[in-house]
Amino acid sequence: MSSLWHRLEPLLPQVSKPARYIGAEDGMRVPHHGPGVVSWLLTYPDTYEIGLPNQGLQILYEILNERPDAAAERAYAPWGDLEALMRAEGLPLFSLDTHRPAPLFDVIAFNLSAELIYTNVLNCIDLAGVAVRAASRHDSDPLIGAGGHCTYNPEPLADFLDFAVLGDGEEAVGDITAVVADWKASGRPGGRSGVLRALARVPGVYVPSMYEVTYDGARLVAVEPRHPDVPAVVEKRTVADLADWPYPKQQLVPLTEVVHDRLNVEVFRGCTRGCRFCQAGMITRPVRERPAEQVRTMVGEGLRRTGYDEVALTSLSTADFSGIERVVADTVNDAGCSQVSVSLPSLRVDAFTVGIAAQIQRARRTGLTFAPEAGTWRMRQVINKLITNDDLYSAVESAYSQGWRRTKLYFLTGLPTETDSDTLAIAELARNCVALGRTHTRSPSVTVSVGGFVPKPFTPFQWFGQNTVVELRRKIGLLRDDLRRARGVQLKWHDPAASLAEGLASRGDRRVGAVIEHVWRHGGTFQEWSEHFDLDRWQSAAEACGVDIDAYVHRHRTFDEVLPWDHLSAGLHKDFLWQDWRDALNEVGLEDCRWTPCYDCGACTGYGIEHVVASAVPPAGGSQGTGVDLSRGGEIPVRLLERSPEAERMGRDPATGASEAVARAARERSEQERETPRVGESDSHAPARRQPVGAAR
Amino acid sequence: MTGSRIRLRFSKHGKVRFTSHRDVARIWERSLRRAAVPVVYSAGFSPRPRIAFGLALPTGYSSDAEYLDAEIDPAWMAGIDNERLVGALTASLPTGMTALAAAGIASGEPSLQHAVTSCTWRIDAAGADATEASDAVSRAMDGSELLVQRERKGRVTIDDIRPAVHAVEVQGNITDGVRLIAELATQPRAVRPAELLASLRPPLSLLRACRLHQWITTDAGERSEPLAVSELSVVGAGVEP
Repeated sequence: MSSLWHRLEPLLPQVSKPARYIGAEDGMRVPHHGPGVVSWLLTYPDTYEIGLPNQGLQILYEILNERPDAAAERAYAPWGDLEALMRAEGLPLFSLDTHRPAPLFDVIAFNLSAELIYTNVLNCIDLAGVAVRAASRHDSDPLIGAGGHCTYNPEPLADFLDFAVLGDGEEAVGDITAVVADWKASGRPGGRSGVLRALARVPGVYVPSMYEVTYDGARLVAVEPRHPDVPAVVEKRTVADLADWPYPKQQLVPLTEVVHDRLNVEVFRGCTRGCRFCQAGMITRPVRERPAEQVRTMVGEGLRRTGYDEVALTSLSTADFSGIERVVADTVNDAGCSQVSVSLPSLRVDAFTVGIAAQIQRARRTGLTFAPEAGTWRMRQVINKLITNDDLYSAVESAYSQGWRRTKLYFLTGLPTETDSDTLAIAELARNCVALGRTHTRSPSVTVSVGGFVPKPFTPFQWFGQNTVVELRRKIGLLRDDLRRARGVQLKWHDPAASLAEGLASRGDRRVGAVIEHVWRHGGTFQEWSEHFDLDRWQSAAEACGVDIDAYVHRHRTFDEVLPWDHLSAGLHKDFLWQDWRDALNEVGLEDCRWTPCYDCGACTGYGIEHVVASAVPPAGGSQGTGVDLSRGGEIPVRLLERSPEAERMGRDPATGASEAVARAARERSEQERETPRVGESDSHAPARRQPVGAAR
Repeated sequence: MTGSRIRLRFSKHGKVRFTSHRDVARIWERSLRRAAVPVVYSAGFSPRPRIAFGLALPTGYSSDAEYLDAEIDPAWMAGIDNERLVGALTASLPTGMTALAAAGIASGEPSLQHAVTSCTWRIDAAGADATEASDAVSRAMDGSELLVQRERKGRVTIDDIRPAVHAVEVQGNITDGVRLIAELATQPRAVRPAELLASLRPPLSLLRACRLHQWITTDAGERSEPLAVSELSVVGAGVEP
């Protein structure tokens, strides 16, 4: 056993929050290292408090440790005080489980859930005693991998990663383990590049060093495989049915306080609401619901085992889970103890959802949070967040009438086609919400939280030129001035400076890697922490590396240009995304394909999978963009303005019957739909297949 | 609902000793729920389990003598077997924390915070051998005052801790320093082992500290523990894992 504990222990009294370095959580697995076993160090490149709750990491931790040929431990980024001591004492990055030195692992795999942690990735690699640039590594060094949402454009990290995994990791980690185990067992043929070549053939695995990048001046021309057996396009991995993956089975229970310190049960993965700014909703398609019965079991057993008094039913929009009311009621009742609270981390904006919240938050009715995202219906059609002002007002009214006194509203600014009147409408909405609240409570409070929009790869907004920091600040300033005298409204915002760095890392190509390295080498770690973020450091790094920030971040991109992630695929056809981008500019909404016919975005059809939903009709709630009261449920079909080539060709004419053209298109499409057999139609476990509801009626 | 009060004694050793007082409170809330002990919740807007912890143990110190008082559903309390409860709680606690004893206490009993007057500590220190440490301790105990400097709310103050140092005994050399046993008062404020070491001339530096006992001294001068455990179980619990 090689444990660093005896060397770490004397350092701990000198650092803040030493409990984050001890491990020893309930749910921790005892790893069995040895010959024939591939050892993984699953690393979250931020602090323990932020990283421990990450469900993705915990799922892979369990799946790997269940395999006889794998052992997985965990590491998190040490805070600056411990890092300084570690460097002074020559202590490498270590696992929390057995305090094993990072360099002893076969694979160090990073969870990339946000771009601003990239400099921490470099820092962790360096702390592990491994060269930060992949090209400089030795055969004996661990393989450096990454997974998580950011790997859909790993190019800025391409020079530092040996491999990246796209999409769901549940199956991919097994495949990677098998390849590495085989390579180790057969005497490591071909050395490091030998195993990387083999990994490049694993579906979902991208090995940057196996691809040649061509530029023409500043322009990216191509990213192409260097070898015939390396795929030209790396497709993401998707698990077909969440029911097969009831993980984590033993969620880790930390000994010290962390964020989201509660039981988390993922009720579905994927979201097809189609919000155009939302990368998560685009890249995790299709919707895969966990069977309600399995949810109940995971909640009940989880609460008993962990001793938590709070469970979160997680997903990208939990109110959309089929039969959510029933599941919530059962959870509250099954718990057997009235003290268990249920939280729905992402509330939908409608009165129905508030009703569910009322059911589960009998006590502690302090605040409810909604995310209308934009101030006007026009703007919300652009971003396809299809809630009307009335939906929001009914949600807010419902909240105040049922005892809540504070609501929090999340908005984005810097969205495509946004005008100052769209921005100022945010203030108007907030004032109206306070007025509504006043009819129920003496001093209602509405907190408006505004974030600067950063376009992400594999969304329709990937072509959009991000607003400058100056412009974002100006828009926030407009709101601040307008709300200065508004009683009951608090405006909160983050300084948009970090959005520039985020934008650069999110849509950059390999040349941006130099900037990230420069920032890291000049002390820029923990960039997600506002007290550590310094825009000057990024700007001077970009200058030093000859990287034109405007070209990467602020410039509108064109359809014909090569995007840095064109050799990767989230299943979404580029045509679909471009059409959706045109629809956005034409203010055309697109309904949720879970309950309506397929648009052939590619996420299902391309992979022979489909939605797994227990209900064929939309859940109750709001108008869902139709302007019709759907509070009783999906008896009225969702029918929105639909994509229409005609409308686009003619230019949008609000006076003419755009909707007629739309209806025609829908009819045509529904006929096509009926004739074309659907891929995966015969899946035995797909419950209650949806019918083409919207078109049939 | 008013619950029946139960007092628990537990130890804290090994890695888990780096958890804070707040962490320990949360650990106990979860462990009591896992062991299905029906703790009574407070009424009101934000119900909390009625658990009262005694003196905070500084983060990083270990202990054989930590306490908490919990209010339990009286009906449940009537049927419990203390030894089985102790076993069930230990099974629910993280590695390094062990429930040592449990007993019902009268509802009028003063809280741990108020009742406890002093603690006995085992202190391992570096910077002197046993002879040097004995000399330093003798000088300190013979003096009329023992000054320590400490920062409170951003202001530096000088405290005389001599009245709070009831007894110090140098036990002898250990591999990396010297071992002391000290009884330090907790009223009006709890003096920490590190403060005692810093007050010595020359000062010693703390390697490890373990709380061995908490004491309640009556006005008549009688000393007792909030919950005594048999000598055997304390010795057993005191072994560093």
